[in-house]
Amino acid sequence: MSYQHTIQHKRYQFADLRTLLAKATPFRSGDALAGLAADTYEERVAAQMTLADVPLKTFLQEAIIPYEEDEITRLIIDTHDQTAFAPVSHFTVGELRDWLLSDAADTSTLQQLSRGLTPEMVAAVSKLMRNQDLISVAQKCEVVTRFRNTIGLKGHLSVRLQPNHNTDDPKGIAASIIDGLLYGSGDAVIGINPATDSPQAVIQLLRMLDQLRQQFDIPTQSCILCHVTTAMQIMQQAPVDLVFQSIGGTEKTNSSFGIHLNMLKEAHEAALSLKRGTIGNNVMYFETGQGSALSANAHAGVDQQTCEVRSYAVARQFSPLLVNTVVGFIGPEYLFDGKQIIRAALEDHCCGKLMGLPMGVDICYTNHAEADQDDMDNLLTLLGVAGCNFIMGVPGADDIMLNYQSTSFHDALYVRKVLGLKAAPEFDAWLQRQGITNAQGQLQQVGKTHHLLSYQAE
Amino acid sequence: MSNIQHRNTVQEDPWSSLKAFTTARIALGRTGTAIPLKEVLSFRLAHAHARDAVYSKLDTNLLLEELHAFLLPVLALHSSAADRYEYLQRPDKGRRLDTQSIDMLKAQPDAFRQKDVAIIIADGLSATAMNIHTAPLLNHLLPMLKTAGLSMAPVCLAEQARVAIGDEIGSLLEAKMTLVLIGERPGLSAADSMGAYITFNPRPGNTDEGRNCISNIRQDGLQYIPASAKICYLLQEAMKLRLSGVDLKDNYVDLSLLKG
Repeated sequence: MSYQHTIQHKRYQFADLRTLLAKATPFRSGDALAGLAADTYEERVAAQMTLADVPLKTFLQEAIIPYEEDEITRLIIDTHDQTAFAPVSHFTVGELRDWLLSDAADTSTLQQLSRGLTPEMVAAVSKLMRNQDLISVAQKCEVVTRFRNTIGLKGHLSVRLQPNHNTDDPKGIAASIIDGLLYGSGDAVIGINPATDSPQAVIQLLRMLDQLRQQFDIPTQSCILCHVTTAMQIMQQAPVDLVFQSIGGTEKTNSSFGIHLNMLKEAHEAALSLKRGTIGNNVMYFETGQGSALSANAHAGVDQQTCEVRSYAVARQFSPLLVNTVVGFIGPEYLFDGKQIIRAALEDHCCGKLMGLPMGVDICYTNHAEADQDDMDNLLTLLGVAGCNFIMGVPGADDIMLNYQSTSFHDALYVRKVLGLKAAPEFDAWLQRQGITNAQGQLQQVGKTHHLLSYQAE
Repeated sequence: MSNIQHRNTVQEDPWSSLKAFTTARIALGRTGTAIPLKEVLSFRLAHAHARDAVYSKLDTNLLLEELHAFLLPVLALHSSAADRYEYLQRPDKGRRLDTQSIDMLKAQPDAFRQKDVAIIIADGLSATAMNIHTAPLLNHLLPMLKTAGLSMAPVCLAEQARVAIGDEIGSLLEAKMTLVLIGERPGLSAADSMGAYITFNPRPGNTDEGRNCISNIRQDGLQYIPASAKICYLLQEAMKLRLSGVDLKDNYVDLSLLKG
């Protein structure tokens, strides 16, 4: 089915929904690289005007990647909840945007709606929204998850403590963990990107993290961000709290990651059977990011933001504790500068929340992107206002293993302070018991004899 | 008044001894919740070095002069990315030569064709790295390749180039293998790191699984002599097995690392 719009005497025609979505997307380098972006500013607005008039029901009839060819399309169609969809089923995309911003769309209404929305509907409406809209709508959503603590409550901001080390040296990793804990970070997860995916190395790191957690009775969870197959292989001999995997929004992208839906299902069931969570059963940790499908040459002519939201359909199937969009890691050929990174992060956060996911953002950039710490400060503040579930905590914002810049332990304290946000309740109580923060969440001066400083990594 | 008496408001962390275990930026101290200015400026300087490296240019005059000393023909080539701005946004253009460069390679005499190795010096994301490391590395590497009996195609300098540009160059020169030496993406800890990529049977469209990579060649990383020895080993193995990439296992043992 073709879509069209006339501006003055110029008629714009869009061959199909996939093309319309791509042309309506705010400009980013990755869509230009893929040859999918609008050719002119006018064409982009024409596409947005056209998209605004498309009924939501159309998205259930016209698959942007054929049902027969892609298991994620099948997942989206087969799990669509008609009852949840009913209240908005008569809307166009434009009417959905106006309704989402109205007072009628409150927290509980949005929670009930999420299973009724497909990723393509959510991507479509986000393309019509300004940054302000993306913040307003996300801020109304609340997605709460639990394992050993409670993440995502309104008024709270958690931090993944990311103590990476270029050779996985346990003493080096432990030094960064102690630093992070004493700065109040680590309630989302203590999560290491290992320098090698070797099972023995992963087992050693998992044992170290678990031993440290138990020694100091820290109400948090740990994760080594290895491939899902590695985690399944070692689960019986190592303390696996959360199972990690990078995921994408097309079947071919996931193939390039060496995964498919059944494998994730198997991993999810295996992790649940370990019963390591004390107050909840959210056992999965997913990472995503715009551009991964194009990078794997697996985008099927779909723009990078729509591909990203399709990956959220994969994530929500497995009730994750954490979903993290690693927004600026991929490089300037996908998101060129601070402006594009900021826009993409706000889109991912808002779309993920609308889909019912516990969204966090790795607010980050590489050295070949046109971005710097000022852009990260802007984005951090915006996401704090938008109610982001968690961010990264990297010593001094400088990841010495992955060679990119993210947010620091200090950055997390800044945004908690200026916006009055707290750590996860159980972790917050622990910080106070340790004398690390006071009841107001302010960092206390700890002495040389603090017992965390006595920790010795094996 | 009491709040503004002290000039030094920075609160130090009593765990600076942990810095011995990692180069991560730990125990930075704080003022309020902020990172102390001294650390902010040191971070900013590292980022400035990285940014300058990304926008640095191959010093072709210097490199031509230095390469002249090795008595090999040298060709100056350019990718189809017009400038750095386009290079950063269009990786596809950085992987292909411009038409002038293609014509130049097509015009090379038969005597320069069908050699074992074509060495390509590419700016990548840090021309600075290449300006610093090219001559000293080749100074060690070329004699090793000669001893190993490998014949050499002209050395190619490629501007605004990515790794895969070697596939087109190697293919036009009908070289059996390419060695692409390229400036790596600068990190905050090093802005002058060189990478080396080895590809057997270079053809446009080759993918990264078909290459072997040696990374982090620089003063405080992998030094010139062990780097050269490893490159030479991999080129010989690739030649012997007639392949490169994931199926060419890197079993090279650096003898200098065994003695301590």
